[in-house]
Amino acid sequence: MGLISGLSLTFIPLLIGFILLYGTFKQVPTYESFVEGGKEGIKIAITIIPFLVGMLVAISIFRASGALDALMHWIRPFMKSIGVPAEIVPLLFIRPISGTAALGMTSDLIAVYGPDSFIGRLASVLQGSTDTTFYVLTVYFGAVGIKKMGDALKVGLLADVFGIIVSIVVVVLIFGTK
Amino acid sequence: MVNYIWVFMTIVGIVFAAFNGTMEAVNKAVFDGAKEAVTLCIGLISVLVFWLGMMRIAEESGLLERLSKLFRPLVKILFPDVPASHPAMGYILSNMISNMFGLGNAATPLGIKAMEELKKINGGKNTASRSMVTFLAINTASITIIPTTVIAIRMNYKSISPTEIVVPTIIATILSAIGAILIDRYFYYRRSRKG
Repeated sequence: MGLISGLSLTFIPLLIGFILLYGTFKQVPTYESFVEGGKEGIKIAITIIPFLVGMLVAISIFRASGALDALMHWIRPFMKSIGVPAEIVPLLFIRPISGTAALGMTSDLIAVYGPDSFIGRLASVLQGSTDTTFYVLTVYFGAVGIKKMGDALKVGLLADVFGIIVSIVVVVLIFGTK
Repeated sequence: MVNYIWVFMTIVGIVFAAFNGTMEAVNKAVFDGAKEAVTLCIGLISVLVFWLGMMRIAEESGLLERLSKLFRPLVKILFPDVPASHPAMGYILSNMISNMFGLGNAATPLGIKAMEELKKINGGKNTASRSMVTFLAINTASITIIPTTVIAIRMNYKSISPTEIVVPTIIATILSAIGAILIDRYFYYRRSRKG
């Protein structure tokens, strides 16, 4: 672990240093290029605002009204019958729609059930192996002005379902269900 | 489909609140949600400016092109309609590498640049191209090598072995990425059969 965390700690400074040295070596006007590229960043950040506002307001309403809780309540018995522990169900629903909420839930599950329990391990692996599909789609498509997403949402959500199943199977196979 | 999901979440939420007596919470949620979105975007400005600045240097020095040459065979299979020496390849690869190292804040600007280039390849249309769907499928499956945040949380709660989930996470993440690619391929072939 010492090696791995050391590696990720030095990765960004190394990358920055390497890009700058390589650019200088290739006689790129480094500082001017940096500024030009950076200007684009401001434009992109502003462009995404309406997309994110729309999406996050809808998600907040859905959660705050209690509709999400009700949905999870109905679906719980079904999930349990296919071997998914009830405690983990809220995380499964939150993971694709809100990254911060999912992180909060993961740490809550780990705090309550212990990091070395079945549920704690499952939450850990789930958190690491899937991503916030709605956020990714909203930001990436929003930033470049794509209005018709095609199959992207379907593909993303199905991939999430598959990722969840895989995570459960892997954790059960490696650690058992204790 | 996004339009429907968007309206569905909002309307179901409002109707549910009417029956559930959570109207007050919903009112608050509207403005909290909007505020959170703006805060997120403002927070993104710093990383977007920094990494897009860095990446401009990498692009102009030819570094991105060299990177894409290195992984050309693999990426060619994944993105058959992106020309091999196109800058999109470089951005796609840098985005995937940043994701692998858990550098989410570097990955987002690179991903946006990749999408921009993919849009150019698609003739600037405002519909998602095949490569865009594939790229986002891989992104949402999120290939992670070191789940740093999760390890930190586990340490925080005194796990006997905080890093024991690293290998299972890698296995799960690789399998789910493969799954995402296959699901994406399936939808692509279904689309192309329809014409």
